[in-house]
Amino acid sequence: MLLAKVVGTVVATRKDERLVANKLLVARPVDPTGKADGNYLVAVDTVDAGFGETVLIVSGSSARMASGLKDCPVDAAIVGIVDTVQVND
Amino acid sequence: MQLARVLGEVVSTVKDANLTGLKMLVLQPLSPSGEAVGRSLVALDSVGAGVGENVFFVRGREAAFPFYPAEPPADAAVIGIVDRCDTE
Repeated sequence: MLLAKVVGTVVATRKDERLVANKLLVARPVDPTGKADGNYLVAVDTVDAGFGETVLIVSGSSARMASGLKDCPVDAAIVGIVDTVQVND
Repeated sequence: MQLARVLGEVVSTVKDANLTGLKMLVLQPLSPSGEAVGRSLVALDSVGAGVGENVFFVRGREAAFPFYPAEPPADAAVIGIVDRCDTE
């Protein structure tokens, strides 16, 4: 899974019907210290995350195992809102 | 599977119901000689690994298999703690 920061929302009227009523967010992966790292991605939100929050994103076919996404055409899903990351270097 | 070092832990309260009770670790993938390679990631723990240990982990859909019959939405899971790794 990736740590990422929510940086925006996506609004789409025409989309696959299995995506109807799902919230789409733009997120940017971050490293454990919170520094941006890598390219932006669009993920389906399953936990009511909001702008600026650090979230946990599951990608690939595993994204479809998130709650409510069975058989959805999805390759990235937000499955958790991160409270803290403890890193000992 | 890949080798990695456990850098830390992730705490999350609001999360997918199938993730409840599972430990999440921050991993840094390693080469066999112990150098960091690539980006860090978050993985579920199925073996009780702790910070600072060397482990190996699996990526993809298979990451949920250690937790069968539960199906947590995970694309990476720690499935072993490395005692020793010898390469020529």
